[in-house]
Amino acid sequence: MTKIDPDKVKVILATDCGSTTTKAILIQQVDGEYRQTHRGEAPTTVEKPFADVTMGAINSITEVEELADRRLIGDDGRIIQPATENEGCDIFISTSSAGGGLQMMVAGVVAQMTAASAKRAALGAGAIVMDVIAANDKRRPHEQIQRIRELRPDMILVSGGTDGGNTTQVVQIAELIAPAKPQPRFGSEFTLPLIFAGNKDAAPLIKDVFDESIDLSIVENLRPTLEQENLGPARDAIHDMFLEHVMAHAPGYDKLMTWTDAPIMPTPGAVGNILQTIAQTQKINVVGVDIGGATTDVFSVFDETFNRTVSANLGMSYSISNVCAETGMANILRWVHFDMDERELRNRVKNKMIRPTTIPQSKEALIFEQAVAREALRLAYIQHKEFATTLKGVQQQRTVGDTFSQEIGGQTIVNNMKLNLLVASGGVLSHAPRMHQTAALLIDAFEPEGFTTLAKDSIFMMPHLGVLAQVHPKASLEVFTRDCLIYLGTCVAAKGLGKHDKPCFSYEITGETLNESGTINFGDVKLLPLGPDETAQVAIEPAKGFDFGAGPGKRVQRKVTGGTVGLFLDGRGRPLKLPEARSESQQTMNRWVTAMELYPEMEAALV
Amino acid sequence: MAKAYTPGLKVTNRIKHRVKRILPIPGDVLAKVGDVVSADDIVAETFMPGDVEPINLANLLSLPPRDVAECVLIKVGTKVKVGEPLAQTKGMFGMFKNTYNSKFAGTVETISPVTGQLILRGEPLPVQVTAYISGKVVEVIENEGVVIENEVSFIQGIFGIGGETHGPIVIACKSHDQEVTADLITSDMKGAVVIGGARTTADAIIKVRDVGAAALVTGGIDDQDLKEFLGYDLGVAITGSEKVGLTLIITEGFGEISMAVRTFDLLNTRKGDEASVNGATQIRAGVMRPEIIIPLTAEEIAHEVEQDHSEGLLELGRPVRIIRDPYFGLIGEVAALPTEPAVLDSGSKARVLEVKLDSGESVTIPRANVELIEG
Repeated sequence: MTKIDPDKVKVILATDCGSTTTKAILIQQVDGEYRQTHRGEAPTTVEKPFADVTMGAINSITEVEELADRRLIGDDGRIIQPATENEGCDIFISTSSAGGGLQMMVAGVVAQMTAASAKRAALGAGAIVMDVIAANDKRRPHEQIQRIRELRPDMILVSGGTDGGNTTQVVQIAELIAPAKPQPRFGSEFTLPLIFAGNKDAAPLIKDVFDESIDLSIVENLRPTLEQENLGPARDAIHDMFLEHVMAHAPGYDKLMTWTDAPIMPTPGAVGNILQTIAQTQKINVVGVDIGGATTDVFSVFDETFNRTVSANLGMSYSISNVCAETGMANILRWVHFDMDERELRNRVKNKMIRPTTIPQSKEALIFEQAVAREALRLAYIQHKEFATTLKGVQQQRTVGDTFSQEIGGQTIVNNMKLNLLVASGGVLSHAPRMHQTAALLIDAFEPEGFTTLAKDSIFMMPHLGVLAQVHPKASLEVFTRDCLIYLGTCVAAKGLGKHDKPCFSYEITGETLNESGTINFGDVKLLPLGPDETAQVAIEPAKGFDFGAGPGKRVQRKVTGGTVGLFLDGRGRPLKLPEARSESQQTMNRWVTAMELYPEMEAALV
Repeated sequence: MAKAYTPGLKVTNRIKHRVKRILPIPGDVLAKVGDVVSADDIVAETFMPGDVEPINLANLLSLPPRDVAECVLIKVGTKVKVGEPLAQTKGMFGMFKNTYNSKFAGTVETISPVTGQLILRGEPLPVQVTAYISGKVVEVIENEGVVIENEVSFIQGIFGIGGETHGPIVIACKSHDQEVTADLITSDMKGAVVIGGARTTADAIIKVRDVGAAALVTGGIDDQDLKEFLGYDLGVAITGSEKVGLTLIITEGFGEISMAVRTFDLLNTRKGDEASVNGATQIRAGVMRPEIIIPLTAEEIAHEVEQDHSEGLLELGRPVRIIRDPYFGLIGEVAALPTEPAVLDSGSKARVLEVKLDSGESVTIPRANVELIEG
């Protein structure tokens, strides 16, 4: 990798090698600003018969070449660097989730403490956590060993103990792993990497436990004291091992690694990177979601603390049946505003599961899929909130004033009232026929409170920008703001519950394009036009018991930005509830569908 | 270009088929190239390291961990039986000794001076791989397994549960669109691969299992019936390890749906022949579908003509199956392949094709919602 002078960078090329598709984007300096200019995609070629990831990367870049009318690949089959007037690029970077991404097993002494911290480190690095082994995970030792034997992870992360604390229990965890002789996922010809990030005093003892069948590396303790998490060194070690072991064994990656100007990152790790960068630079709290066919990733940054969760079996095709099983058909159907036959739906769900690439042809099928998506997102966000907590096991310093407070360590740090930006990506959100539907899915599933900007990742560019942030933060931020996000609008929502048809809040909006005032009753939602790049001042006077961020019943005034959908005034209350009776729920949904302009051309027969 | 890749399920009367039979860990291969094997023959075997039982002697004998090693009576690498003394404390003046008798049989693997834990490894566990289909061994993969080849009729299902099994083909339904009901299942179907037609009822599946049949192959099943039979709702389509007393293979999908005529007719012509079936389904990257493999006899090989197996191209005139509502399960042929994307009723834009249904009606369908019927 060559040293890059950021001021001289004019052209940046980035690829993201996904499980099925490799996506390439071109970023160029236009009038002094970095803009994403062209995009290409091609099938990923990591599997046989091709078994060389660079072929798919080259194919996607070739598409960019044609669209941009700019030669990027030289006669030697390599990317042309540095850029000249008409050819090449200055920086080439890549992310990868091909071959199922990075799969890890983590272990710690106490499930809620060191093991939870280890899981956070692994997830934050972009891994799928296959299982968490802990001394108190309620499995007997031989059951734990059996489980370790069955798993075939790409690597293992072991933590346990605070620095200077007891060493016995952490060695005990290692003694469960060593005799299990875990096998790596990609064949037996390479040794399984194991990172130890626990009590530093236990490190020499850990070395004695493992033989040469494990490639052991020791890094700083990820929980040096109960009050402190130090995830950085473990995450870095995971990335290093990912490159050295996992990537190096995936077909063609050895070649791709020599081409890139920054280390190849796991795709979700890169998405986390860009969201953290945005939260830091703009001093905001962000939640991002990526809903796929098999899994749903949720990322959050609240008060500069980053968390990521992967809901392994919540997705829209491979896992659609699991979403229905977890939430129940009644919870899905509450989002549908017309009659549907439950038995028929159950069969349809299973048919989607076994033929996952099919798409909804009828409006009825689309509405049902979007109902399932609401539940998948809602469940994934619940899991995220349960995971993104303050450190457990920490003694809270209390004052006399706190005597009656029930708060303890382990409270979620996700606070929807403090949420500034909610970003959507993934098929069902990105490819919804109307952006109104994307916005509604976000609002109904995440239930933002107060003032929240809604956006979607235009072409799933966040992974590319996450890696770019490491080598050229300025370019990354400029592209993120101008081209990556499509702003849908702002949601202004009341927290609290009230009586139907009674006022929830009154509003007064002043702006260049929008001037309106009125009252929203509890249970109602209203959509007002406020286009992209338009702003307005919104003053809210909540009714008693409703909160918009200043406290119950207190007036709030904020400047809001518009988007392709507009400004939502949401008086439906939080938590968002639908009537339990099917007919009433249908009527309520029908009102919301109309107010949010979700399916305007829907045939009257269905409604 | 009016071409697109849309893989479908394979249904073919004759194909040269190879199966790889591999051990999960290295071991001994028992067959050699040229051997003719039948489905039940063991072609490779090995022993997995036995189960591990950690015993915390420090706790059990109230000893400091570093003192445990010298109290263990059985040397590392030596076997211990159930009830045999494994460790004994030194006691005081040779008296008041505390003994721990092993509750498990195994070999002492390690003794930790840090935790005072002894690791006992149980007897090695045998792992055997059978041939699964009859045929000839054409390749031996050293220490791993073999490749077996045969001329077979080959049918892929869309979804299944239960693992590998085999038995003679018995036809239960008179036609491809007859429901499988309990009264069609008889006790002489024991050990057989039972072929149904359309949807199977819950009673019928239970009866198939109760008469001891090896497998049931039919067109469809109701999700609710599958849930009741399994005892849980299936979340993701990764199956094969269910222990439910039979292997079930669905050829078309969930709901009221008949087996494709071609599939039913092919199975009907192979009545009485031995079939190897596997319900294992994995719908993730690297899709695995359930299969029905019927090895051909020498006479049948002479008689059956191998079909042309052009795969995956969506072309005018090719038979397709619609795999999503509102036309789910209907079969027709490709009538037109417009290049421009069209707006669907859902409001989405997608590339489509026109399908002329068997009824003569023509319908427009997203290309993602059809699959080729391959042979």
